Amino acid sequence: MINVDHPTTLLEVTGLTKAFAGVKALKGVTLSVRAGEVHCVLGQNGAGKSTLIKTLSGAYRPDEGEIRWLGETVSIGGPTQALALGIATMYQELDVVDGLTIAENIYLGHENSTAGILNRRDAAKKTTELLTRLGHGDLNPNREVGTLSPANKQIVSMARALSRDIKLIIMDEPSAVLDSEEVKNLFRVVKQLAASGIAVIYISHRLAEIREIGDRITVIKDGRTTATGLEVAETPTPALIKLMTGRDIENDFPPAVAIKPDAATVLEVTDLSLRGEFSPLSFSVKAGEIIGFAGLVGSGRSEILETIYGARKATTGTVTVNGERLRGGSVTNAVKHGIGLSPEERKSQGLILGEPIYKNVTLSTFARFAGGPFLRENAERASARGQLEDLELRPADPDRAAGTLSGGNQQKILLARWLVHGVSVLLLDEPTRGVDVGARAEIYALIRGLAAAGTAIVVVSSEIEEVLGLADRVLVIADGEVLRTVKADEIDESGVLDLVMKGSAA
Amino acid sequence: MSGVDTAAAEGNQPISPLEPAPVKTGGALGWVREYLGGAAGRNIGLVVVLIVIIVIGTVTLGDTFLSPANALVIVRYATVTGVVCIGMTFVIILGGIDLSVGSVLGLSSVVATLAVVQSTAQAFWPLIVVVALLVGSLAGVINGLLIAYGNVVAFMTTLAMLIAARGLAEVLSGKRTQILNVRGFTDFLGSSPLGIPMIVWIFALVAVLGWVLLNRTTFGRRTVAIGGNREAARLAGINVKRHTVYVYALAGLTAGIGAIMLMSRTTVGTSTHGILLELDVIAAVVVGGTLLIGGRGSIVGSVLGILIFSLLLNLFTKYNLDPSIQALIKGLIIVGAVLLQQRFGARGSTRST
Repeated sequence: MINVDHPTTLLEVTGLTKAFAGVKALKGVTLSVRAGEVHCVLGQNGAGKSTLIKTLSGAYRPDEGEIRWLGETVSIGGPTQALALGIATMYQELDVVDGLTIAENIYLGHENSTAGILNRRDAAKKTTELLTRLGHGDLNPNREVGTLSPANKQIVSMARALSRDIKLIIMDEPSAVLDSEEVKNLFRVVKQLAASGIAVIYISHRLAEIREIGDRITVIKDGRTTATGLEVAETPTPALIKLMTGRDIENDFPPAVAIKPDAATVLEVTDLSLRGEFSPLSFSVKAGEIIGFAGLVGSGRSEILETIYGARKATTGTVTVNGERLRGGSVTNAVKHGIGLSPEERKSQGLILGEPIYKNVTLSTFARFAGGPFLRENAERASARGQLEDLELRPADPDRAAGTLSGGNQQKILLARWLVHGVSVLLLDEPTRGVDVGARAEIYALIRGLAAAGTAIVVVSSEIEEVLGLADRVLVIADGEVLRTVKADEIDESGVLDLVMKGSAA
Repeated sequence: MSGVDTAAAEGNQPISPLEPAPVKTGGALGWVREYLGGAAGRNIGLVVVLIVIIVIGTVTLGDTFLSPANALVIVRYATVTGVVCIGMTFVIILGGIDLSVGSVLGLSSVVATLAVVQSTAQAFWPLIVVVALLVGSLAGVINGLLIAYGNVVAFMTTLAMLIAARGLAEVLSGKRTQILNVRGFTDFLGSSPLGIPMIVWIFALVAVLGWVLLNRTTFGRRTVAIGGNREAARLAGINVKRHTVYVYALAGLTAGIGAIMLMSRTTVGTSTHGILLELDVIAAVVVGGTLLIGGRGSIVGSVLGILIFSLLLNLFTKYNLDPSIQALIKGLIIVGAVLLQQRFGARGSTRST
């Protein structure tokens, strides 16, 4: 199997960097993968794992750094080139075509044909061979992929990778969509692949999984490798968590303002649940208080916010604002009662990118500015300009299109929208995603300022440090369940990670 | 969604093939610049096309083309389609489509004539108007409810309405053409205040009201916002579903107005009114610069679009062109316009007029 004395180094990555619009996603990643090993890449949300994968699979081109493949320096110009080298990638969002059959999916892009005519029988035969190798010989190659379970779609995705002559397969959180029985089969397949000499780069949050199948671990934090080539068996969990936490650049959180002892409860959530997303939960937020949801991607955080807001219809439970009960499943009703949401995906859920800033700022208030049915655009403009100046958005030109702004400024527009509207509850989903460090501090100060002015705030963030730094109280969430509610100063980053990783172990 | 690409060009003067170079005026002429910088600037392209066609017509045909009488013929021809274009512009800006406007127009004409033919000979003529408007709006409301609350895609909903409304019109009329012999109605709509036919006045009025509604009211803002980013509009608290119903109702209403105008011109109500009208309407709106993906559109553009088609038809008729050749040329013009529009889509400014 593996020659322990002289293991062949398959892939060697050194000093890899990649920036997007000036924000560095990778700041120097080093990674060395041997043939026939399962190499786990560990890191928090936003550490740069996805960017690393995309660089290796040819979806992105690195800015700097060297990739050596079988000892030779290579540049991976595109997905086709990566495949030609022998690197296949299984993305988290399964990239199979639902309308095609299993065989068609597997041979997509390298169809087995003679003069343009597909050799269907041959393709079906080879597909069955591949599926058998993956322990799923019972799947009919002519079955439509859309009818398969997520687990079986993953098998198809894997078979597609194996249908080419590959030496390395990258799996991005392959267990995320699987139940525990299916995870077992996945592990069996992964072990089998490794035994046949194929290297696997395995990305996962779940420490238990890594312990079970991983050979070595590389830890990434803030786009930089903090440790590489750790033997799984020899590395204790606290050491790993320590490597994943802490920041290079300390975020500057303004000091918290103490909540007034007589502050009224503004938002009251009782037994709220959404089937298939999160179990019943209750909490309340006082005026001036900031509640944070800490948890990993897919833990149900955003879904909880969207359900409170009425963008999703709750299965059970109620939401009350200032003593008045909201009508479930109606955003209009929630907004009327003074709740505002700054959504996770600013571009697709928050802004009309082609429209000027002021129209985005007044998107929930333009009717209030209007005289009867008639718009008062100048009043809107003036109000928007005032907000832009207060939020120090430069240039404070309300007529610029929202799409031309940086992430931080786009976030400020969403905050401005609710500032103009005036809300008693503000729900913030990933308020600093894609926002550079300088603008982050400004946004933190704004959020704190709003709380000091008496707004009840709920913050969701993938960055645990951010939640802890902003919030007064923290709800630790995993797999749609609240694991614990604690005061922010009574828990630290590794404490949260410890909870969620144990809580969500397969 | 109009996308990132549209946004990237905002702020700079949009430069597109159909547009003159950015106008550099300032001070007192600032408003001119602002006007030309927006979608109005794009409309200049359509005006240029219009002028080119007029010049060609004048050069080749002389006075038979360039006369006040012929100008009225051209505008009159554009009126019915033009009014329906106004409603369609809103639907398309919203990101939807309404294929049923022609059938709804036919149905409105049938029901409206039945309402008076069945009663006394000299009926209260405004009844025709009210019934036509109600039938059109109701059909629009049904479309809107199915699309917004039934989550049926607009294309299929309105295709079903296209088929069903035509069928209902045939059933109600027994496939017979109803002569409309109501003096007050034909007198009023046949009149020509200030020498201009009443239906031209109606078209102008609907176009102006449509412009105001789109550009100066909360209704218009909601329409553009939903078309621009439906999810963002919803999460900002706009009642997207209810507004969708209103917009389809508006399209139905304009089909009802179109029915009244067509009835006055033909003095009959029949289930064959408005056949294939939806295609001319959609073509004119899209040629006029309204994006089929929604979020941006122009009433002025739609009016110019329908005038261009009307001018061409007039020219073709005077040339005695074979109708098949006419159809061929019309098709080529639509493709050409859409190709140009895609360039606008990629780099144009985003203001609506």
